Amino acid sequence: MPARSTVQGPWAEAGDLASGEAGGVPTAAAETDESMAPAGAETGPPASFIEIAGLEKVYEGAAAVPVHALKGIDLRVDEGAFIGVMGQSGSGKSTLLSTLGGLSHPTRGRVAIDGIDLYRLPGERLADFRREYIGFVFQAFNLIPYLNAVENVMLPLSVKRLPRGEKRERAQEVLARVGLSARLDHLPSQLSGGEQERVAIARALVNEPPLVLADEPTGSLDSATSAEVMELLRELNAEGQTMVMVTHDLENRDYFDRTVVLRDGLIVG
Amino acid sequence: MNLSSLAFSNLRRRKSRLLFLVAGLVVGIATVVTLLSLQKALTVDAQNNLESYGANIVVSPRSNDLSLTYGGVALGGVALGPRDLRMADVARIRRIPNRRNLAIVAPELLGVTRVRGQQVLLMGVEPDQEFRLKKWWSIDGRAIQEPDELVAGSAVAGRLGLVMGEPVEVGGRSLTLVGIIRETGSQDDNLLLTDLAVAQETLGKPGKATMVEVAALCSNCPIEKMVAQISDVFPGAKVSAVQQVVAGRMHALEQFRSFGLVLAGVVIAIEALVVFITVMGSVTERTREIGVFRAVGFRRNHVVGLILIEALATSALAGVLAYVAGIVITAVLVPFLAEGPVAVGWEPLLLGVAVALSLAVGGLASLYPALRASRLDPTEALRAL
Repeated sequence: MPARSTVQGPWAEAGDLASGEAGGVPTAAAETDESMAPAGAETGPPASFIEIAGLEKVYEGAAAVPVHALKGIDLRVDEGAFIGVMGQSGSGKSTLLSTLGGLSHPTRGRVAIDGIDLYRLPGERLADFRREYIGFVFQAFNLIPYLNAVENVMLPLSVKRLPRGEKRERAQEVLARVGLSARLDHLPSQLSGGEQERVAIARALVNEPPLVLADEPTGSLDSATSAEVMELLRELNAEGQTMVMVTHDLENRDYFDRTVVLRDGLIVG
Repeated sequence: MNLSSLAFSNLRRRKSRLLFLVAGLVVGIATVVTLLSLQKALTVDAQNNLESYGANIVVSPRSNDLSLTYGGVALGGVALGPRDLRMADVARIRRIPNRRNLAIVAPELLGVTRVRGQQVLLMGVEPDQEFRLKKWWSIDGRAIQEPDELVAGSAVAGRLGLVMGEPVEVGGRSLTLVGIIRETGSQDDNLLLTDLAVAQETLGKPGKATMVEVAALCSNCPIEKMVAQISDVFPGAKVSAVQQVVAGRMHALEQFRSFGLVLAGVVIAIEALVVFITVMGSVTERTREIGVFRAVGFRRNHVVGLILIEALATSALAGVLAYVAGIVITAVLVPFLAEGPVAVGWEPLLLGVAVALSLAVGGLASLYPALRASRLDPTEALRAL
């Protein structure tokens, strides 16, 4: 899986994000040049691929009691790394992942990926960013039940202006990469848990995103299938794919370059 | 795959929801189509059966008579001009430009004669025209078929003691009473009717008629135009339009149309609510799915577009089905509601109205749910993260 080798490269594509969408969707490309300027363009030490600084997230919990899910996270991740995020339930690992993936605005702090300050992106450019920069693998697979395997993988491409044949070709290639060439036309309900997880991984990879975020990808699988999935993720990482994976399974620890342990919204290890 | 194919995949593989939404829309739009097509069919029927509402044009001699009749009490009159029309002129009515719109032309000769020692009003008629025009007459016995036959109004029959089948001496001719008109409450109760030629001979007015009653088929063409045409070819006649006959019927149809529109409005409002609730339910059910769309990079307007494409495709299908259903229902109902045969045909314009209405209802009712879906927080929608 090719990884982005320069900071500027992906940005050049980011500038094309909106114009590449289907259906003539209005874009904010012209107005986003300044705010989307890579942080690394400033003089100083080379920026890490992922830079998280002072990240805090406060939810309004039951009875309007604030819940501090993240209490000031600082983290730097280099390109091509395979990072594991571990911690007990409620430690803030999923919140960290969703904030890192541009899904949940932080209360305070900064998240930059490839030099892009995510939460300074205007309007719907954050959605464009997710499409082009992030591949999500969800614990519950979250496949669309009425789409077959190849259609599920094509989902991120469905709002991109690409020839129909190319979309399908790319989806088939990625499905072949995860070993599902023979299951292209099967609906999720016709696939095993491991196969569904592979489709979900293929969907995360189809857009060749610089970063894959996985939330408990083996949480619903038996140990043998979990090992297969972890082997697949390790192979992808070996090809240069940067990955951050949330897990509570200690057995997965061996696959990671580095493990970040969270407790009560803070990094403790 | 693009947004459209994604939308159609959803519709294709979630048939039960599609069917429910289509059914909801079809009921409302088909009601509108039925009301509109039924109203049109009944209007055509009213035109085709206008003679059943009596004459709408009356031709009488132009004279300067001063009418001395009020409330059914006649006090005589002052004749200042010719009293009768010539039958040769009556025939010319059939030659006016709008002759195709003439349903019935019924000449009538009126005069006073003595029967059984009493003065009575005798009317000579062309039976095939007169009895078709006066459909409201209910006759004990039958209408006149032969020249020497007689039909009497109920009042005159009672006063003269006429018995069905007996000969009656009228102006020196023996006529057979073949029918008695049941009481109408009008002047017709005092009439003796016989064949026009017999009346002309009896009253000593060969080739003459007192008045002509005309039933024109055309309800929505200007009746004044036909009046003018008859006046042109019938000099010396006074031609009057009895507009209230047509106006009354058209008013009834107009009321039906207004009622139909109100009913359609209520049905459409209910239908819009059904669509709204269904799409809102669908959005709620698909919360997680929408979260996935947002996570993989769908913009808000992509989500809105996806839901609206689904809604509009469903609405278009429902519009076509509703049109077919509405026309079929109309074709089934028309024989029960119309007085004569009326063809119910396929109308492209009505199809367009049905589809446009369905698209408008489906689109507008889905707009808020679509916007709401687009505003879902991706993290909350996914719950997994």
